[in-house]
Amino acid sequence: MIEHVGTIVHGAEWTAKDLFVFPNEFIYWSIQIVMYPFMTGLVAGAFVLSSLYHVFGMKDLKDMAKFALVFSFALLIAAPMPLMFHLQQPLRGIQVFFTPHFTSAISAFGIVFFTYAIIVAAEIWFVYRIYFVKEALALKGKDGIVNQFMWLVYTLLTLGALDTSEESAHKDEKAVKLLAAIGIPVACFLHGYAGFIFGSVKANALWMTPLMPVIFIMSAIVSGIALCMLTYIIIMEIKKLVVVTSKRPGEVLTAENLKGVEMDVIKKTSKYLIGFMIAAITLELLDLIFRGYTAVKTWDILREVIYGKDFINIFVIQYFLGNLVPFVMLLLPRPSISRMVVALCLVLLGVFMMRWNVVIGGQSFSLTFAGFMHYHMPIIPHSMETFKEGLLGALTIIISPYAFFWVINKFIPSIKTAQN
Amino acid sequence: MKITRRDLLKMGIKAAAVASMPLTIEILTPEQVKAEIEKSDVRWGFLVDTYKCVGCGFCVKACKKENEVPYDAPVTRTWVERYVITKDGRVLADSPNGARDGFNDNRIRGEEVPENEISKAFFVPKLCNHCENPPCVQVCPVGATYSTADGVVLVDRSWCIGCGYCIMACPYGVRFFHPEHKVAEKCTFCYHRIVKGMKTACVQACPFGARQIGNLKDPNDPITKIITTQRVGVLRDEYGTKPQVYYLGLDDNVK
Repeated sequence: MIEHVGTIVHGAEWTAKDLFVFPNEFIYWSIQIVMYPFMTGLVAGAFVLSSLYHVFGMKDLKDMAKFALVFSFALLIAAPMPLMFHLQQPLRGIQVFFTPHFTSAISAFGIVFFTYAIIVAAEIWFVYRIYFVKEALALKGKDGIVNQFMWLVYTLLTLGALDTSEESAHKDEKAVKLLAAIGIPVACFLHGYAGFIFGSVKANALWMTPLMPVIFIMSAIVSGIALCMLTYIIIMEIKKLVVVTSKRPGEVLTAENLKGVEMDVIKKTSKYLIGFMIAAITLELLDLIFRGYTAVKTWDILREVIYGKDFINIFVIQYFLGNLVPFVMLLLPRPSISRMVVALCLVLLGVFMMRWNVVIGGQSFSLTFAGFMHYHMPIIPHSMETFKEGLLGALTIIISPYAFFWVINKFIPSIKTAQN
Repeated sequence: MKITRRDLLKMGIKAAAVASMPLTIEILTPEQVKAEIEKSDVRWGFLVDTYKCVGCGFCVKACKKENEVPYDAPVTRTWVERYVITKDGRVLADSPNGARDGFNDNRIRGEEVPENEISKAFFVPKLCNHCENPPCVQVCPVGATYSTADGVVLVDRSWCIGCGYCIMACPYGVRFFHPEHKVAEKCTFCYHRIVKGMKTACVQACPFGARQIGNLKDPNDPITKIITTQRVGVLRDEYGTKPQVYYLGLDDNVK
């Protein structure tokens, strides 16, 4: 018997209880807490990809690296948004910085997040500093409010460092390389601690495992690389389309300006992707096998959730569609662009479903071990709460990094460089 | 220099203000603060005698009214569970509406168990265990929930950000979001009452004496005597939370 509970209490609107569940139990952590590790995972992955050029000198990724870096910053701004949407007292969110309680995993958020934000912002500044100076000088004394505004913005962005000599440019490059190298472990930490938030909850039988932070880091890198590859393909294809459509009569298209996606780059990057996928899947299966083999008290209810209630979500969507199918598609010889696009979308789906199955799956059984809770995500909102913690709230989170990126790109043109 | 009446008054006020200031300001080190806190000679504890509970739900009603938890909301600081164990070993349990209105239907989630098939049946009141090692306090990112010197776990409503991490961390499911205040909510052992020497609302409302509260640091306290001399149990000690709500007649089937 499924009993739908009243509508006043937080969580009651999307929770259906089944069998014996404690009165106060509801799905308190809903879609936004699924979005949160998914978004921070993308941030970490995008940054790691940009570092492949800056630290390891993968020249093919030069334009891609600039894009990945700026996009990572846009994703970073969006990363705390799911938390703000989720908090019952969003205006008090800032208190995490005022009175951090360091025995809590969440209290580290402020420090880790700002450390990472400063590294990414500083790296962007060093990459674009000379561009800022040139723009500021070019706009100086020009008429018009827009020009004056842009001049002010660029002048402020230079931070008074107006030297554009060879020597100073070289120093900038060294700084970028250093920051990119420091950023990799910090990015992993940013995400590993998101896994710790779940892995350290001893009350939750599904979450509590020391493997959780490592599983989260691996799948984060998988999703970040997949998103960057996907965005790279889309940008290069758009670039090709622009060249073809803007062709003037009599102009000859050369291989150089028509080249589109470098299959070599995709092949190289997909090798890293496959490597991290193997690591992520191995750890997840190890966790599952270990739980089944040791079969402690909680295994009875976990087995019912994993092999029963959530079978489709875990084995069909996450492991089969999200892992096995793209794994085979990436390994097959003679990769094509369209096959890659499908495989990368499936990889992203797989990582999203992994987050879903951890966050929602972990709350789908009761603390009584004798009852279940079902999550019905609000689709059409009828209140602020059902908007924030429903489909539309999640879509807002997905769209927002692109909106931030559009604004940032007005001042820091990472796509223009890719297109020229 | 001529001193007017006004000047004299002003000087008088200033002098009074200076005189009323404390002569020395004592700055405590963290160790001293800790010692000061641990000095308390009270440790509140709770005893539930499950043999005496009949599942009337008066405790739940009294708690909701005393602590202004919306009466019809499906959340409650304390609740009563009913267990029916059949002769073939099945465990049936429920707590309709937290047992606010008692148990006035023999059916458990629609299932009627014939009396001759029941091997044992009993009621178990539940509330916050005010753990010695509370996981909810550990995980609060802003320190809005805390243990008092006398062992009660409380929530600062003006500082809680409503992240729900404490609700997730509690193995007993005693926490929830208050429907009006939009912050984490839980049993306080009626702190506003016990510090004034009164009993908690649920203890006072129980007609059968199934619930008792007392000072575990006082060897002469009636509940301390029972806990130290009789066979009592606690819920879910495997989590290492050191719960301070003790049960007489706790059954293995209690969740």
